[in-house]
Amino acid sequence: MIPAPFEYVRAESVDHAVALLGEHGEDAKLVAGGHSLLPLMRLRLARPSVLVDVDRLDDLAYVREAGDQIEIGATTRMAEVAASEVLATHNPLVAHAAGHVGDPQVRHRGTFGGSVAHGDPASDPPTVLLALDAQMVVRGPAGERTVAARDFFKGLFETDLGPQDVLTAVRVPKLSTGTGWSYQKFHRRAIDWAIVGVAAVVERSNGSVARAAIGLTNMGLMPMRAEGVEAALAGAAAEPGALAAAAGHAPEGTSPPSDTNGSAEYRRELSKVLVRRALEEALAR
Amino acid sequence: MAQTAERVVGTEVRRKEDPELITGQARYSDDLAAPGMLWMKLVLSPFAHARITSVDVSPALQVPGVVAAFGGRDLAGEWAGPLPTAWPVTDDLKNPPMYPLATDEVRFQGEGVAVVLAESRAAAEDGAEAVVAEYDPLPVVLDMEEALKDGADLVHADLGTNASYTWTLTNGDVDAVFATAPVVVKERYVVQRQIPAAMEPRALLAEYAPAMGEYTLTTSTQIPHIVRVVLAAFVLGIPESKLRVRAPNVGGGFGSKIRVSPEESLALVLARRTGRPVKWTGDRSSDVLTTHHARDQIQEIELAADEDGRIRGYRTRLIANMGAYLLLVGPGVPLLGAFLFCGPYGGEAYHFECTGVFTNTTPTDAYRGAGRPEATYAIERAIDALARRVGRDPVEIRRMNFLPESDGPIPSPGGLTVDSGHYNGTLDKALELVGYEELRAEQRARRERGDAKQIGIGFSTYIEMCGLAPSRVLGSLKYAAGGWDAARIRVLPTGKVTAFVGVSPHGQGHATTFSQILSDDLGIPVDDIEVVHGDTALAPLGMDTYGSRSLSVGGVAVHRAADRIVEKARKIAAHELEVSEDDLEYVRGRFSVKGAPDRARTIPEVAFSAWTAHNLPEGVEPELDASAVYDPENFVYPYGAHICAVEVDTETGQVDVLRYAAVDDVGTIINPQIVDGQVAGGVIQGIAEALFEEAVYDENGDLLTSSLTNYEVPAASDVPSIRIDKTVTPSTTNELGVKGVGETGTIASPPAVINAVVDALSHLGVTEMARPATPERVWRAIQQAKGGAA
Repeated sequence: MIPAPFEYVRAESVDHAVALLGEHGEDAKLVAGGHSLLPLMRLRLARPSVLVDVDRLDDLAYVREAGDQIEIGATTRMAEVAASEVLATHNPLVAHAAGHVGDPQVRHRGTFGGSVAHGDPASDPPTVLLALDAQMVVRGPAGERTVAARDFFKGLFETDLGPQDVLTAVRVPKLSTGTGWSYQKFHRRAIDWAIVGVAAVVERSNGSVARAAIGLTNMGLMPMRAEGVEAALAGAAAEPGALAAAAGHAPEGTSPPSDTNGSAEYRRELSKVLVRRALEEALAR
Repeated sequence: MAQTAERVVGTEVRRKEDPELITGQARYSDDLAAPGMLWMKLVLSPFAHARITSVDVSPALQVPGVVAAFGGRDLAGEWAGPLPTAWPVTDDLKNPPMYPLATDEVRFQGEGVAVVLAESRAAAEDGAEAVVAEYDPLPVVLDMEEALKDGADLVHADLGTNASYTWTLTNGDVDAVFATAPVVVKERYVVQRQIPAAMEPRALLAEYAPAMGEYTLTTSTQIPHIVRVVLAAFVLGIPESKLRVRAPNVGGGFGSKIRVSPEESLALVLARRTGRPVKWTGDRSSDVLTTHHARDQIQEIELAADEDGRIRGYRTRLIANMGAYLLLVGPGVPLLGAFLFCGPYGGEAYHFECTGVFTNTTPTDAYRGAGRPEATYAIERAIDALARRVGRDPVEIRRMNFLPESDGPIPSPGGLTVDSGHYNGTLDKALELVGYEELRAEQRARRERGDAKQIGIGFSTYIEMCGLAPSRVLGSLKYAAGGWDAARIRVLPTGKVTAFVGVSPHGQGHATTFSQILSDDLGIPVDDIEVVHGDTALAPLGMDTYGSRSLSVGGVAVHRAADRIVEKARKIAAHELEVSEDDLEYVRGRFSVKGAPDRARTIPEVAFSAWTAHNLPEGVEPELDASAVYDPENFVYPYGAHICAVEVDTETGQVDVLRYAAVDDVGTIINPQIVDGQVAGGVIQGIAEALFEEAVYDENGDLLTSSLTNYEVPAASDVPSIRIDKTVTPSTTNELGVKGVGETGTIASPPAVINAVVDALSHLGVTEMARPATPERVWRAIQQAKGGAA
C-alpha cells in the first residue's frame, strides 16, 4: 500500500501544468484531490513517474453563472458542488449527484473535475454531464477548446483529454422551470459506486414529454445515453404506462459489467426500473 | 478517606478507556518504533495452488534500503515445528504442517513465500516487489462438496483426501424419533465465507536482546499468553521465559487476532538474525488474504416434529471449510456450535456431525460467535420452515417449543446443562419493543395495495454457550489448553488498587468493568483502580480474551481475588480493633465492630498497616495482595429474542432494515452502557453478515473481494438504530450471576434478518433466501417465485 517511487511537482498555474506535462511526457499524471489516482498508485496499478499537482490552483475552484450556463471550476471539491447555491437554483441535478459521490471525506477532498477527467463509467458526475449535454473546457499546448460531453467520454477511463491537456471547467445549462430532473443511484452501501445509475432531464409540455435526456452510469465502458428511451419518450404522454414502456428500452445498446455487486443481466433489468423511477420523479418535480 | 457509598455495579460508569482512544493518544502496535528498526514485508503467492519452482531474492537486495531478504527455504532451519493447531478435534485428524513461509508448494492466494527487511516501509515494499518467485500452477480445489468426492483434486496430495476430520455427537434414539415422527422438515443452508476486517490490521514490533537471549514481541493480538507459549515452545524452540509478549491497544479482533501468525514468527527470528528490531504492519490488501477468514459452512438440518409442530428430534450435517490449513483453533470452531442446533427448544433426540474439509482458500478460524452464529442460523431458519409446514405462526411455534423456564439448570437436547432462562420473557418484551402488531398491520396494508416495497418481520429466539470454558469440558473436546483465568489484586499503601488480569481486552472495556466489580468489593472508587493486562511479563498467566469469557471467567477471578483481600484485611482489622474476626461486619470496604459501628477500619487503612507491617497479627505476611484462579464448572448461556423488520423493494431486490429490536438476557449486568454497545455492535455485524459481507473467489482461487470497495462492510449510514432492552436472569454458573455479551448480537441477528426477508416475500411464494441477501439474490428469488426466467 505504498506507491512505487515517483516525483512530485506543483503547478503554479494551468499553463504551468500544461508545460510540466509537456516536459515530463506520457509518464506524468495530473493530480488534484487524488481520490481516484492515489488508491490506484497505492495498489501499484498506476505508477506515474511524475505527479503534477493542480490541487492548489484556487482559481479553478468556483461555481458561477456564465450567461445561460453555470460554470464549475475543475478543482471545486465535490462537497462545494453539492452545497452550491447557484446550482441549487439553476441546476440542482448536478449538486444532487455530487452530494452522492463516495462519503463526506471523499467529497471534501475529491474534485469535480478530477472525477470527470478520470472517465470512470461507474462514477456519477460524468453521467449527469452527459444527460445535460455539458461542455468541457480544456486547456492544452494549442490553447483552450471546448468539448461536448458526448465527444468527451471515449471509453473505459478514456476521455478526449490528451497527455498535455488540463480540464479547467465544466459548463452545464441552467434548467428551465418546465424541466424536471432525477438522479437514481442504486448501490448497496452509501459509499459505493452505483451498481446502476440513471440521470434524467425531462422537459414537460402540456401533459406530455417534450424532450428527455437519459444518462446511464455503469452500463458499459463509459457513461451512455439511453437513446432508445429518449426516442420513445419524444412527444409521449407523461403517464405511467407510457413511461414504463419507454423505460423498457433502457438496456438497448448497453454492455454492463458483471461483478460481485451484480451480473450484467441484473443490471439490464435494474436499468429499466431505475429509468422508470427517474422519469416519474423528474416529471413530479 | 475515599470510600464509595453507593454500589457501582449496574451503573453506567463512563468507560475509562475512552479518553485516550477519543483523543488519539492511545498507542497501537503501529505507533511503536524502536531505534534501528527494520520494516518487514512478505511476498505473497498470487496463486491459489502452485508448486514453487524458484524464489530469487537477489533482485530485492539491489533495491536501495533493503537490508536482507529470504525465501522459505532459507529459513526452513529456523523452525522447531510448524504453526500448531491447538484443537485436534479427533484422533484421526489430518493436520498438514503450515510453516511461516511456504517452501515447495503454495495452497492459498496470500501464502507467504519470501520476506524482505528494509530501512523503510517503502523500501521494504519495493524490495518485495523485486523478489522473483516462479510457480507451476496446480489444480485448484474450491468447492467443498466437490472436494469430498472420490477422485477430487487434492489440496494436500500426500493426505490422499481433502477431509480433515469428521466429528459426531448423538443424544437419544435419533433414528427411531425420525422414523416415527409425522413431520420431518429438511433444510439446506449455506453460511457464506466472511473476512473479519478488524479496523486495525494486524501489526507488530519484534525486539531481541542478544546478551540476554530475550525476545519481546509487541503485537496486535487477543491472546498474548497463548502466543507466548505456542511461539516459544512449538515454533521457535526457545525457553518460554525468554519471550515476553505484549498486546498494546488493539483495534478490534472479533476472533481474527486469535492467532499465532507467520508474521510474528518471522519477525522474531529475523530480529535475532539481524540484531535489529523488526516492525511489520499489515495493510488491508494483505490483511484480507492472510488474516483468517470465517464461517463458510454447508448445513443440512432436519427437524422431526409432531403434527402440531412440537419438535422431537434434531439432525444436523455440516461441511466446514478449513481453507488450506488448520489454524490455531480452526477445526474446533464448528464444535462451539455443535450443541446448539436445537436453539432454546426441547426434544428427545439430537445428532450432529461435521466434516472439516481442505480447499485452496485462506484458512478459516474463529470470528465473533465462532460456531454459534452458524448453529443459530440453521435452527432459526429451520423452525420457520417447520412453522410454514404445520401452519403455525413463527411466534407460536417458538413458544410451544421453548425449554422449560427456570432459574436453575435445565438439560437441553444438545446435551448442555443450561444455567437459567425465561424465554417467553425476552420474546414478550421484544414484540412490544419492535411494535409487532403495528408492523403486521402495515404489512397487510402493503400487500393489499400491491406496493413495490413490501415489509417482512423475522425472528430469532436464540441461546448460546459462552464463557470459555470449563477446562475438563475443553479436555473432553480435545482442546489442548484449559479455560480458567486468573487475577492478582494489589492494594497499594495509599489504598489505591492495581488489578493484574490474565484476560486481554481489545475494545471490551475490561478496565472499567473490572474496576466496578472491585469498587463494590473493596469500597475503593473506580478512578483509584488500575487494571493491568496484555503483558506476559506483568499479568498472571491467563487464557486471554475470546468466546465472551472475560467477565464470566476473568471477572469472577477478579471478584474471588478481592474476596481474599477482604479475608486477609479482616485479620488485620480484627487485630487492630482488638476483637475477633467474627465480631466484624464488612460492608464495601469498611470493617466495623458489631454493636459499635464507630470502631472501624477501612481497606485503605488496613492496606497502610499491611505495608508498614509494624503491628501485624501472628502469622500474617506484610502487603495486601491476593490472587485467584477461576475455572468455571459450566458455560454460561445468554439468550434472547431479536426481531427484525425489513422493507424489500420487489422491483430491485434492495433490502432495508426498518426496525430492529434486541432483547437479551445476559445475566447480571455490570455496566449497561458497555452491554448496550456490545449488543448494538454485534447486531450490526450480524446484519452485515445477512445482507452485505461475502468473500468471493473466482474459479482460479483469486479473491475477488480483496478490498473494502467490494468486500461490503457496512458503515453507520447503512444500518438502523437498534432498539435494545433486557431481562435479567442471573447465571447459576458463577457467583456474580454474569453471562456473556460479546457475541450475542452476531449470533442472534443473521437469521432474524433473513427470516424477515423471506417473510416480506412469502405472499409471492418465496421460501428460500441465500445469504447475504444481496439485491440481485433477492431479485432472482422473486423472479423465480414468479416463474420468470431468472
